[in-house]
Amino acid sequence: MRDLTAIAVLWQREMIRFFRAKSRVVGTLGMPIFFLAFLGFGFQTSSVPGIPAGIDYVTFLVPGILGMTILFSSTFAGISVLWDREFGFLKEIMVAPVSRTAIVLGRIAGGATTSLVQGVLILLLAVPMGFPLPGVVPFLAAVAFMLLIAAAFISLGLIFASNMKDIHGFSLVMNFVVFPIFFLSGALFPVENLPAWLLPLAYADPLTYGVDGLRGVLTGVSSFSPLLDFVILSAFALLLLALGAWFFERSESA
Amino acid sequence: MPAIRVEGLTKVFGTLVAVDHISFEVADGEIFGLLGPNGAGKTTTISMLTTLLTPTEGTAEVAGADIVRARDRVREQIGVVFQEPALDTNLTGRENLDFHARMYGIGRTEREERIRAVLALVELSDRADALVAEYSGGMKRRLEIARGLIQHPRILFLDEPTLGLDAQTRRHIWEYIRTLNRERGVTVILTTHYMEEADRLCDRVAIIDRGRIAVLDTPEKLKEALGGDAITLSIEGDAEPLLKALAGLPWVKQAGVASGAITLTVEQGERHIPALIAAAGSAGVAVTAVNLRKPSLEDVFIQVTGRSIREGA
Ligand SMILES: Nc1ncnc2c1ncn2[C@@H]1O[C@H](COP(=O)(O)OP(=O)(O)OP(=O)(O)O)[C@@H](O)[C@H]1O
Ligand SMILES: [Mg+2]
Repeated sequence: MRDLTAIAVLWQREMIRFFRAKSRVVGTLGMPIFFLAFLGFGFQTSSVPGIPAGIDYVTFLVPGILGMTILFSSTFAGISVLWDREFGFLKEIMVAPVSRTAIVLGRIAGGATTSLVQGVLILLLAVPMGFPLPGVVPFLAAVAFMLLIAAAFISLGLIFASNMKDIHGFSLVMNFVVFPIFFLSGALFPVENLPAWLLPLAYADPLTYGVDGLRGVLTGVSSFSPLLDFVILSAFALLLLALGAWFFERSESA
Repeated sequence: MPAIRVEGLTKVFGTLVAVDHISFEVADGEIFGLLGPNGAGKTTTISMLTTLLTPTEGTAEVAGADIVRARDRVREQIGVVFQEPALDTNLTGRENLDFHARMYGIGRTEREERIRAVLALVELSDRADALVAEYSGGMKRRLEIARGLIQHPRILFLDEPTLGLDAQTRRHIWEYIRTLNRERGVTVILTTHYMEEADRLCDRVAIIDRGRIAVLDTPEKLKEALGGDAITLSIEGDAEPLLKALAGLPWVKQAGVASGAITLTVEQGERHIPALIAAAGSAGVAVTAVNLRKPSLEDVFIQVTGRSIREGA
């Protein structure tokens, strides 16, 4: 009971912080909007190799940009534990009589919600660019995929945050982990276009299944069946969550 | 059962032994002070006792619960005010308190009542709905103290609670800590740099230096143990011959030179001032000023650690 309250309280803190920091919302949405606009319009008329017949590049790209939006905002949500540590607030959280699992779940609940809000905004912005408005069921399926992607990458952020002493490693993680995850995922072009030696990495990338799943449910075109994507992505999310909770529990907070 | 029982508690960071096999007990209902220069290991000790750091060696029980094996039971019974700020500056003062109260499972009506009470105590009621980012340093400190009290802890840890507060607020906080201790029986363990604070507030004080407890007793006993009053003689002339002469007197317990003046520990100081001046005369030294102080914790501190607390490590 106390743990459920703690999850709710931590979630609410994220909401307050998120909606109070308007510039942060605009800031995090900026990158996916620019990617969408410049790549979408830039490649609109040219034929990108490997794009399945029957869909244009914008339609192909939008699920990838959705995945990217969730990837960045949720990794940040997980790694922002570092900022809580830097500003001392982590101690206030850690000294409270609630289970460490509840603290992890509270952060995931908060980060997943803010990521989802951003994802849905991007989806709405994509419609005037020519992306087909999804029906209710595909929309709900897309929400499920976005939440799974968020859970996976908030956990990944938590794993990094728990193993880092201060915020200086942050840009290292962004440049050498998050960007490669994004580029390998098939968000911008089909995974099959990658050289053969990179393919194993692409298939080890949880986001690959997130993007493919989103593409499947929103456009009907995908490399794997959305169900398979869902199963693999769930497995990744669970694994990362368990690891995240494990590392977080063991990190010292003073 | 003591409120806190510490046995051989040790924390090593790499090669640095920050806390070195310390042992002590804090009785239920006591106000216990940890005094020490910068880097002595006070905060590290508090962090271990409040479950934020895992000890390298040794054990401790807080409210009867082991700080490693029963962390949650420890956490349920303590309140902590950290040395470093631990507020969410993107939230308002009230939101910070509300967050805290809910983490401790306090229901809505009770919560609102207690938040109102602690805000009034630290005189922040009218600024409660401003963002903490807009608070001054002292206001933040007061808010943190208020927060540590909301859950009505059995044991309250205060790491330099009044650092950076003005004299009036500091006295306010002391008063409140005393009331809390007397009326609710809250055990308090605090660290401080202010000798006066330790002297006035604490039932017992441990002076901790380089990770070890150097002395531990009531402030009165610690001061008595110095063996007399502190007398400072400002002089014109060479201090050496006078020092030699003074060292031979049976009622002079200690003699030294600090910043050009002679500092002495003298039994029954008032009665021996004439003899001191006479001794200076025969040593050919002119005394320009005499100062006599009843011993303070500061003197104990200097004797134990070999330096003034303001000089640091
Ligand atoms: N996380 C850490 N990693 C490495 N060394 C540390 C860490 N925390 C504390 N130390 C070191 O341990 C020693 C004791 O530090 P501590 O903070 O406990 O001192 P303190 O008595 O609270 O001092 P102050 O009066 O300045 O607050 C110091 O030398 C400090 O540099
Ligand atoms: Mg300290």
